[in-house]
Amino acid sequence: MTAQQHTGKAPMMFQVRFHGRGGQGVVTAAELLASAAFGEGKHAQAFPSFGSERMGAPVMSFCRISDRPIRTHEPVTEPDALIIQDPTLLHQAELFAGLGTEGYMLINSTRGFGELGLEEFVRGFHPDRLLVVPASSLAQEHLGRPLPGCPLLGGFAALTGVIGLDSVLAAIGERFAGRVAEGNAAAARAAFDFVTEERKALSDA
Amino acid sequence: MPYQRIKFYQTGSFAVGNRLLDPGQRTVQSGAERSNTLTCGHRACQGCGEALGARYALDAVMRATQGKMIAVNATGCLEVFSTPFPQTSWQIAWLHSLFGNAPAVATGVAAALKARGRTDIRVVAQGGDGGTVDIGFGCLSGMFERDDDVLYICYDNQAYMNTGVQRSGATPPAARTATTQAVGREPGNRFGQGKNVPLIAMAHEIPYVATATVADLRDLEYKATRAMDFRGARYLHILVPCPLGWGSSPADTVKVARLATESGLFPVFEAETGQVTSSTPIRHLVPVTEYLRLQTRYAHLFKPAERTEVIARIQAGADRNIARFGLLPDNNSAERAVVPGPAPADSREGQ
Amino acid sequence: MLKQVEGSRAVAEAVAMCRPEVICAYPITPQTHIVEALSAMVKTGDLAAEFINVESEFAAMSVAIGASAAGARAYTATASQGLLYMSEAVYNAAGLGLPIVMTIANRAIGAPINIWNDHSDSMSQRDAGWLQLFAETNQEALDLHIQAFRIAEELSLPVMVCMDGFLLTHASDQVDIPAPELVDAFLPRYQPRQVLDPADPVSIGAMVGPEAFTEVRYLAHRRMQQALEVIPAVAADFLASFGRPSGGLVRPYLADDADIVVVALGSVLGTVKDVVDELRGDGVRVGALGIGSYRPFPAAAVHEALAGRRHLVVIERAIAPGAGGFVTGDIRTALADSVPHISTVVAGLGGRAVTGKSLRGVLTAAAAGELEPLTFLDLDTGLVDRELARMSGTRRSGPSAENMLRDLGITASRIG
Repeated sequence: MTAQQHTGKAPMMFQVRFHGRGGQGVVTAAELLASAAFGEGKHAQAFPSFGSERMGAPVMSFCRISDRPIRTHEPVTEPDALIIQDPTLLHQAELFAGLGTEGYMLINSTRGFGELGLEEFVRGFHPDRLLVVPASSLAQEHLGRPLPGCPLLGGFAALTGVIGLDSVLAAIGERFAGRVAEGNAAAARAAFDFVTEERKALSDA
Repeated sequence: MPYQRIKFYQTGSFAVGNRLLDPGQRTVQSGAERSNTLTCGHRACQGCGEALGARYALDAVMRATQGKMIAVNATGCLEVFSTPFPQTSWQIAWLHSLFGNAPAVATGVAAALKARGRTDIRVVAQGGDGGTVDIGFGCLSGMFERDDDVLYICYDNQAYMNTGVQRSGATPPAARTATTQAVGREPGNRFGQGKNVPLIAMAHEIPYVATATVADLRDLEYKATRAMDFRGARYLHILVPCPLGWGSSPADTVKVARLATESGLFPVFEAETGQVTSSTPIRHLVPVTEYLRLQTRYAHLFKPAERTEVIARIQAGADRNIARFGLLPDNNSAERAVVPGPAPADSREGQ
Repeated sequence: MLKQVEGSRAVAEAVAMCRPEVICAYPITPQTHIVEALSAMVKTGDLAAEFINVESEFAAMSVAIGASAAGARAYTATASQGLLYMSEAVYNAAGLGLPIVMTIANRAIGAPINIWNDHSDSMSQRDAGWLQLFAETNQEALDLHIQAFRIAEELSLPVMVCMDGFLLTHASDQVDIPAPELVDAFLPRYQPRQVLDPADPVSIGAMVGPEAFTEVRYLAHRRMQQALEVIPAVAADFLASFGRPSGGLVRPYLADDADIVVVALGSVLGTVKDVVDELRGDGVRVGALGIGSYRPFPAAAVHEALAGRRHLVVIERAIAPGAGGFVTGDIRTALADSVPHISTVVAGLGGRAVTGKSLRGVLTAAAAGELEPLTFLDLDTGLVDRELARMSGTRRSGPSAENMLRDLGITASRIG
């Protein structure tokens, strides 16, 4: 089943939940995704889980993408995709709450599922829909700072096809300027290529 | 603008003094063309110091601004006795909002005028001691901190008079009020720290701060006029005896105000950017008792027996003021006021 | 122009286009992004206005009062505790007939302190004499500010535009930001009848005694009733000028033939509409009625929309302890001649999510005739029962929140 035809919800509604820690750009990532979808003429909504902001605390943000106006503002309880920006959150049981077996997941890490202790967990899902991508490393390499948001979006585009890489790059270009925009875009492209390769390898295997 | 300080002894009638001067040097009040900002028909008590002080101050500001002034008034005696709907005794553009927000409302008026390019129109905020020292204090400090272009005038009669003479943060020690009654072991108001708003205004280092009383018309008019030379936040604190609340004779209002200054209890001075620039010397020093005896709010200090320790403490307060502000310059205790650190020599005259 | 922006930003841009002359605000979550954006616009010169950083919300409303009385278009924003802190000035502004516009980023009132969304703040000031308009979406939030200045200045009454804190203020949505020329054409310059002007002096704010106070209040009441005509007229003009429906008194959704109608204010209506569609798909005849203008309360419009409906489910985003909801009473009065069965559902207090799932449960129960007259959506009955049991045991039982924490074992009372 493709991302476009989804599980018993209203025509084309794709919901993403981001997890990270305060200061990692979790809210920005959700907004960039919404911006990318908007750039493709889709309807989108992005919002954070609200709390007293402090650096380092676990935070969530959400993004909904749809082909028609989005009316609800309730939290995303049944995400179609999870994007985990900080692997140190993986010990939290409720991190994966609501993700169906058809769901997608991207984890920012240089380690594999085995090392992360998720080997058992991922068996219930499509193998080419749950991936690990070294987003922080890619960001460090292309941007000079380990901010995983943009590369994870590039990876998301490759993983789900819900939005195109070009839209992600356009959104980055609008939000940031100069070297920061270039670095983030390069990291996003690198992550897109990485995920594309991974999926190809999995389907070839 | 140079000011010639005219020194002559005021006998209680200004007519003599004014007659001896050039028209240009006479008081605003002596002129037929004075604004009469607060005109007759208001409902103030006989001998009300605040009614006097308000007319003196605002007529001077009106002359200084050629009539281009808007006043914002806090709730209190002045507002209540001047605007019993459908009448008003104000001949100016005048706004009353609430008790504690006169400084903020004035800030809003000034902002509107600035937004419309009419900074030629000046803004005055005014209130009693309650609305200034207590409930309006936060707004006052905010206005000072932002240096909003407002002259704030406090008419200090040292208690919440309009509501029936209750104690305020400006009520002096030992004074009788409805909530610090002359009963029990320590009758009257307690000896607290007081709240010296002129000094607090100076701590904000606003362009101009001054104190005055209704006993010295010329000085009060000078200060109100001088304040209008500056732009930014300015503060004028005027002592205005209240015959009803103080228990003094309505005929003694000016005299009681003069005794407050001559005893040292109410220092009269000016300051710019946090530094005292002048203080009015005491001409004939009097002991505080001469001032206290004229007011029944202090009657319990004398009857049934004289409370010498309390009076001595009050006297000590007066002596401290004399030393601090150099009110007896021939005397060696000519200390200047203690103010926060040296302020930059920031000229704020004119725009 | 279509944009994907945070609700607060959209509102700031709309307010800026209304050409306010004095903006004064004190920061409080969740209104901060609105005033921050406006302060930046003023600083760069993109918006020609005076921006005053005030020292409290009481000062904020006071500065707005002074500015408006001096003839300037004035704006401020607040929420929750801040709205309460300025309450004296809120009443003062209405009494003085000053057309100030204020955004309320709806947030719960403490104690216990809570920064999340509900309607208790707006409800606390519903009797102050201000108009209260509720936005369902961020689009409507920005549109309502443009309408608000016009409505306020036409009536000489202040207007609160209420938008759900966080849910709308901090959500990035697709909105259509109108062209400035359209806003200028829609919103004429502010020209008050009475203004502080040395050239034409007047005393504003006199003390009015028993001989005239009743008349003043009667006229204020009449003016509020007049607002019931002005609000839809302005909404109609907005539709004509900007091409989309926004504002107005009430907005029915599939209510005409509904057996059950959900009545609500604010952003929850979005979720309600999704649930209505789903249930309709299952053959349940439900509908919804959004209340756009809560004050003045549009009794006639409500009557027209709901007369003949058998069952109403009123969602209350605030509660008056010991008394119940707020909106329920207004609805009941509007339908006094034929009161239908009304179920009050208190939901979303202090930011608890009102989910489609829970709403479906409520409406299914309603359809089966099993919904109680008053329910608290998603109440943790276990936690509540334990506390009630404890309270019944002792008299001086103390504050509930702290007691519940003890129950959950979170307090440090047993160290060592």
